[in-house]
Amino acid sequence: MLAPSYATPREKLAYFLFAVFCTLVFLFLIGPILVIMPLSFSSEPWFTYPLPGLSLRWYVDFFTDDRWRIALQNSGIVAVFSTLIATALGTLAALGLSRGNVPFAGLILSILISPMIVPVVIVAVAMFFGFAAVGLNNTYIGLILAHAILGTPFVVITVTATLTGFDRSLTRAAASLGASPWTAFRTVTLPLIAPGVTSGALFAFVTSWDEVVVALFLASPDQRTLPRQMFSGIREQISPTITAAATLLVVFAALLMLTLELLRRRSERLRGTAG
Amino acid sequence: MAVAALPGEAGPDADRISLKTKLRRAERMNRARSFSLVAPLLVFVLAVFALPIGLMLVRSVENTEVRETMPRTMAALAAWDGRETPGEAVFAAFADDLVQTQKDRTTALVGKRINYEVPGARSRFLKAGRLVDAGGGGPWKEKFIASDAEWGSVEFWAIMKRAGNSFTPYYLLTALDLRQDAAGAVTANYPDQSIFIDIFIRTLTISLVVTLATLVLGYPVAHLLAILPPARANVLMILVLLPFTTSILVRTTAWIVLLQSNGVLNDILLALHLTTERVQLIFNRFGTVLAMTHIQLPFTILPIYSVMKSIPASHLRAARSLGAGPLTAFVSVYMPQTLPGVGAGCLLTFILSLGYYITPALVGGPQDQMVSYFVALYTNREMNWGQASALGGLLLMMTLVLYAVFNRVVGIDKVKLG
Repeated sequence: MLAPSYATPREKLAYFLFAVFCTLVFLFLIGPILVIMPLSFSSEPWFTYPLPGLSLRWYVDFFTDDRWRIALQNSGIVAVFSTLIATALGTLAALGLSRGNVPFAGLILSILISPMIVPVVIVAVAMFFGFAAVGLNNTYIGLILAHAILGTPFVVITVTATLTGFDRSLTRAAASLGASPWTAFRTVTLPLIAPGVTSGALFAFVTSWDEVVVALFLASPDQRTLPRQMFSGIREQISPTITAAATLLVVFAALLMLTLELLRRRSERLRGTAG
Repeated sequence: MAVAALPGEAGPDADRISLKTKLRRAERMNRARSFSLVAPLLVFVLAVFALPIGLMLVRSVENTEVRETMPRTMAALAAWDGRETPGEAVFAAFADDLVQTQKDRTTALVGKRINYEVPGARSRFLKAGRLVDAGGGGPWKEKFIASDAEWGSVEFWAIMKRAGNSFTPYYLLTALDLRQDAAGAVTANYPDQSIFIDIFIRTLTISLVVTLATLVLGYPVAHLLAILPPARANVLMILVLLPFTTSILVRTTAWIVLLQSNGVLNDILLALHLTTERVQLIFNRFGTVLAMTHIQLPFTILPIYSVMKSIPASHLRAARSLGAGPLTAFVSVYMPQTLPGVGAGCLLTFILSLGYYITPALVGGPQDQMVSYFVALYTNREMNWGQASALGGLLLMMTLVLYAVFNRVVGIDKVKLG
């Protein structure tokens, strides 16, 4: 099906092997995630196929056990607040940088993106030392600030990408029609860049939601987040409750992906670049 | 007769100047407004991110333990020429300092610091602490040497004197498997303490293998996605993006479940009679590289895919119509055009692989731990923060150099997500 109609038999074989190879790679990509999900419905606490029986006991455990419940709650709190900070500051910065007249824009952009590149252990250790000096270790605020830092590069990148196709004359038109800068921003710019802002915010949310290394260093058991709870769970002994948590997180990721795709389409439609 | 325009009067010249000035002023205002939008995030990142990292780097050369807890000894040692065992004055000052450190419970702290350079020093310091607690007064020199002959070592006192400096290259040298001998010359570290070059090489090797594996697996997939009609490519794209947005811990958990000795993969191998007994697939290099490759694969595929999508299919057709075989056309016309994407994907994967901590810690064995693991280990368990900072500093340097290369070759502003 891939081979062009003029292909020779040898070429057809090559295309066939190519298709087989790609299928295997797709299997490699998605297989592990698909394998772990049914195990969470197993009635017995071991990881074998065929499943000995079906049960929702691990999901019941996940939602009723105090440790998981508190972890879920902490993850929610930290992710929401760090996302708000990251989105607000990141969007502002992207707007500023896109105006094209900020001195040292290249250097500033590299600095703003660097939290994405610097190994997270270094971020965690540096903040562990630095936050200790100002009493932010083992506090929600410390964890929120740290996660906000890790989330900002994603907001800057996505909003900047949206702004590259942004037509500046639209805001000028709004201004010439008498809109104040704030009104022009609120009624013209913001709706147009909203898809970028939202997908940036989603990335920032996921960054915090998935983050475990900084949480290991900066959080006390009181601020134990979901990934941290999973991490200690994996270390001690994998209980099927972890597979239930994992399955829920995969569903969450799928929903997120769907949202991102819808946002991308909306953005294309708004800019009139849809194919 | 023309009258020269008076200053301040609106002559044509003055008008132009003031217009230029006005324009410049407006531009400056505009720049300031743009910058004021960027400033909040810049300040936030500098204060909460860059400053702590800077302080961490300072910590890798900072050396305050001995200077602060043993001021008298350091003062007495200042006059010492370093040729033979110091005289009674130094030992008396040392005994005085020890009385104080015993009271402050800091003897072990100094002992620990010297122990880095002189193995066994910590217990010797604690013993010396008990000696001064017993009282009895001087002369101290004989008493100390009688309790432990090592107190008479010239080399030991040279190291003590050096340990009193405010800054030390010690941690950075150790991280490079080097040390300063008593005379201050840099030499290779003792073999039993030379572990770090191996760890750096291991980190680079694992990162390189993972990068190559993602390239080999990802390049054909990116090509397939680029040549399929959009509707079908979008469906397959989900298979790349779903793992990409799934939590790293979920994926690592999945690999543990798959690879463990009574896990799914071993079941399959047995059922297919490929092996006769269960194979160790996890807690070794194989498991680490496999799980890391799985996690990094989308990071390599996506940049290559986005470049391949921009290559017109007509190029290949043109090459074929000019007589090139399918392989020649692909290698000499198509592949060179994909290089920017390959560079971006591979550099990104390599940079991110260098910093891996969680996956090797959960899936790897003791021989697969990377630099990040040791940064964490020296911070949490060994409480040797100087060493943790030095290792972190070197890892940071490697990352930033590669980041600069990435920025030059690809441009960080070209990175696309989703």
